[in-house]
Amino acid sequence: MTVDTTLADLSDTLFSVSVGLYSLAVVAFCAQLAFGARPAAQRELVGAGAPVAPAADTAAPAAEPPNVRRYGAAAMVLTVLGALAHAGVLLFRGLAADRLPWGNMYEFATAVVLVAVVSFAVLAVRRPALRHLGIFVLAPVVLSMVAIGLFLYAEAGPLVAALRSSWLAVHVSTAILGFGIFFVSGIASVMYLLRVRHDARVAAGTATAGGLLDRLPSPVAIDRVAHRTAVFGFPIWTFAVIAGAIWAESAWGRFWGWDPKETWAFIAWVVYAAYLHARTTAGWRGRAAAWVNVVGLGVMVFNLLYVNMVSTGLHSYAGVE
Amino acid sequence: MTVTAPPREAPAPPPPARPSAGRRAWNLWVRWWRRLTAMRTAIILLFLLALAAIPGSLLPQRSLSQSAVARYFADHPTLAPVLDRFYLFDVFSSPWFAAVYLLLFVSLVGCVLPRAAEHYRALRTPPPAAPRNLLRLPDSARVDTPLEGTAALDAVDEELRVRRYRVVRREGPGGPELSAEKGYAKEAGNLLFHLSLVALLVALAGGKLWGYEGSILVTEGQGFCNVFQQYDTYSSGPLVEGGDLAPLCVDLEDFRAEYEDDLTASSFRADILFGGPGEEGRPQTIGVNDPLRADGARVYLTGHGYAPRFTVVTPGGRTVEDVSAPFLPTEQSTMASEGALKLPDLNGDADSQLAIQGFFAPTGVVQNGILTSVDPRPLEPQVAIVAYQGYLGLDTGRPQSVYSIDAEQIDRGALSRVGSANLAIGETLTLPDGTAITFTGYSQFAALQLSHDPGQVWVLVSAIAVLVGLLAMLLLRRERVFARVGPAAGSGGTVLTVGSLTRGGGEGGERFTALTDDLRAALAARVPARPTPPAGGAPPDPEVPTP
Repeated sequence: MTVDTTLADLSDTLFSVSVGLYSLAVVAFCAQLAFGARPAAQRELVGAGAPVAPAADTAAPAAEPPNVRRYGAAAMVLTVLGALAHAGVLLFRGLAADRLPWGNMYEFATAVVLVAVVSFAVLAVRRPALRHLGIFVLAPVVLSMVAIGLFLYAEAGPLVAALRSSWLAVHVSTAILGFGIFFVSGIASVMYLLRVRHDARVAAGTATAGGLLDRLPSPVAIDRVAHRTAVFGFPIWTFAVIAGAIWAESAWGRFWGWDPKETWAFIAWVVYAAYLHARTTAGWRGRAAAWVNVVGLGVMVFNLLYVNMVSTGLHSYAGVE
Repeated sequence: MTVTAPPREAPAPPPPARPSAGRRAWNLWVRWWRRLTAMRTAIILLFLLALAAIPGSLLPQRSLSQSAVARYFADHPTLAPVLDRFYLFDVFSSPWFAAVYLLLFVSLVGCVLPRAAEHYRALRTPPPAAPRNLLRLPDSARVDTPLEGTAALDAVDEELRVRRYRVVRREGPGGPELSAEKGYAKEAGNLLFHLSLVALLVALAGGKLWGYEGSILVTEGQGFCNVFQQYDTYSSGPLVEGGDLAPLCVDLEDFRAEYEDDLTASSFRADILFGGPGEEGRPQTIGVNDPLRADGARVYLTGHGYAPRFTVVTPGGRTVEDVSAPFLPTEQSTMASEGALKLPDLNGDADSQLAIQGFFAPTGVVQNGILTSVDPRPLEPQVAIVAYQGYLGLDTGRPQSVYSIDAEQIDRGALSRVGSANLAIGETLTLPDGTAITFTGYSQFAALQLSHDPGQVWVLVSAIAVLVGLLAMLLLRRERVFARVGPAAGSGGTVLTVGSLTRGGGEGGERFTALTDDLRAALAARVPARPTPPAGGAPPDPEVPTP
C-alpha cells in the first residue's frame, strides 16, 4: 500500500484553507457582536424565570439591524465552508492512505475539532440566538487547529498492525464524536460562568452593562446548551469506552487494565457523571455544576495531550516525533 | 441521572424526652445513612473516585510494569518507599481506592433501592388526580367544543392512549377529569443503569477472584501447556487452584511478520497447534486483534522477536548444535535485540561454564566495528557477541535474568570475558582455549499470553445494560397530562382544559402544542355534521397563554 502524495498534499492544503475560513468566521462573529445592539432588557427578565420559552432565545436576532444580521449570516456561511474544507482534510487523508483517517493524533485531533464545529453549526442553525456564542467556539477552534498543525502534524502513512481492526471504526469514531460534543459543552459552560459572573457584577454595580457579554444568550439558555450537549455526549462516550474495552479484550488480552488512557477515559466518565448528577441536585445546580463540566473538558484535553505525548502506555499512536 | 432525587432532608424533630441509648444509636445511624445516600454525597464520592484514579496514571504501576516501578525506586530512593507505603504503585488494588468505590456503591444502592420500591408502587398506582387549576401547569390550553363533556373526554382519552399514556378517568369536584402519565421506562432506565453498575462491579470482582493469566516466550517449533510452572510470569486470582486451569497445550509452528514499504508493521501472524495434553493439535492462526478462544481460555500473540542459533564446539571435541535463546527487542522499529545464551553444562564443571551475551540485528550494518540494525526484516542477520567463561552463578539461589549475564559474577571475577566478534551467518568466533562459536542462523519467537476471566462475559452484559439504562434514562420523558371538562358559559357546549407537566424540568412546549392540535382535530372529527353552520363563524378556541 502506497500513500498517494497528491491527495495527501491536497489534504494539507485544505487544512490551511479551513483555518483561513474559520479565522474569517471569527472576524465576522466578532463584527456581529461588536456592532450588534445591546439586547433589550426585558429579554433578561424573561430569561430569569425558570421555564424559558424558545421565543426568548430567538428574540435577539429579531432586534438586530439587518447589516448586523448579515455579519452573523456571513459568519455562519464561513463556518460551514470551513467545516467542508475541514471534512475534506480528513476525506483526502483517508483516500491518500486508503484507510480511516484517524490513525494518529494529528488526524484524531483534527476530527475532534471538526465534530465540535459541526455540533456548534447544528445548534446555531436551529437556534439563531446561539450564533452569539460563535466567536467563543470558533476562536478556540482556530487556536486548536493552529496548535494541531504546528505540534501534532504527522505525514499520511499506513496504520500500524494493532490498529487494523474493524473496532477502529467503532471505538475511535465514537471517541471523536463524544470528545467533539463535550468540547462544545465545555465552552458553553465557560460562557455560562462568565455571563453569570458578569451579571452579578452588573447587579452589584461593579461593572457596567453593555459589554460583549451582555450580547450573549441568557445564562439559562447557555446552561441548557451545555447540559443538552453533555447529555448527548455522555452515552456516546460511554459507548466509546465500552467499545474500547471490547477491542482491548481481543487486542491486549484483557478488557480493562488501567492503561493511562483507560484511566483518564474512566476519570472523564466519572466527572461527566458527576456533572449530570450535579445539574439536578440542589446546591450544585448552576455555577458549581458548570465548573464540573469545565473540569470534564480539562480532563478530556489532558487525556489527549498528556497521555499520548508524555506517558507511556498502550495507546501510543501519537505518531509525533 | 436527570431526575431529581426525592427529598431526603428534614430529619425528625428532637424528641422531648431523652431517648434510650439504643434509640440514639439508631437515630445516629439513620442520620449517617441519609447523609451517605444523599445525592450530594454521591457527587463528592464521584469526585473522590476521579481524584483517586489520577496517581494511578501518573506514577508507574506494578500491575502494568514491574520494571517501571523498579526504575522509579532506583531514581527516587527516598521518595519511592514513602509512596509505596500509601499503595501509590498499586493504586487500583489499594485499600483506599477500594474504600472510595465501595462507599460510592453503598451510597448508590442506598439511593437506588428506595427509588426502585417507589417506582414499583408508582407502577401499581394510577396517575394522581388532576390539580385544581390546570391553567397553572407549565403547558396548558383551553379548547371549546360543541361535544358533550364525556364524549370530549373520550376523545382526549383515545388520543392519549394512542400516545401510549396510562389514562385514568375520575369524577372530580370541578367536573369529570382525566389523568394520564407516560415515560415510566425513564425511571426504569435510571434504576437499570445504576443496578447494572453494581452488577458490573460484582462481575469484575468475580473475574479477579477466579481468573488467571500467564505469559511465555515460545520459539518456533516449541510449545507450552497451561500449567503455572511453565510460564515465564503468571498471576492468578486468590480462588484459583492449580487443578482449575484449562487443559490446553499450544505449539508454535511458524511466526510471520509483514511490513509496509515504509517499514510500518502490517501484520503479525502465528501458526499454532492447540489441544488438550497428549492430543493431536488442531491448527489455527492467531494474530494481533485475533486471539485463539478455546475452553474459556484465550491465547494472545502479544509480541515477537528473534532467537539467534549457535553451534558450539569445545576443544575436547564436544559439539552442541543449534542452541538458541530468545533475544528481546530493544527497538521495535528495527528489531535490534539483546539477550544471552548460557551453557552451564558445556564442559561438565562449574568453573568453565560458557555464556554469550549478544546483540542481534535482523539487517545488520557495521560501522567502525559497531553493529546496528536498520530494518526489522531479517534481510541480513548479524550478531555482535561477547563470550564469557567461568562460573555463571545459576545455582547460587540468587534470581537472575534469562536475558542477561549476572554483572555481579563478572565484577566478582568469577566470570571473565574471553572474546568478542561481529558474526554473519556461518561465521565463527574462536576463543583462546579453542572453543568455536558459530552463528548458524535464527528462529523467531512469539510472546504468547494465556488468559482466563470467567467474569468478563458478565461484565459485557452489565455494560450493555448500563448503556441501555442510560439511553432510556436520558432519551425518554416522564410526562403527565391532565384534562377536565366543564360546561361552556352560555352556548351550551363544553370547555375542555388540558395541562401537561414534564418531570425533571424538561420542556414540553412543542410536544404539547402538537398534542392540543391533534386534540382539536379529533374533537372536530367527532362533532356530528350539523345542518346549519354556526352563525357567528367557527367557535373561537383561543389558546390561553401561560400566566
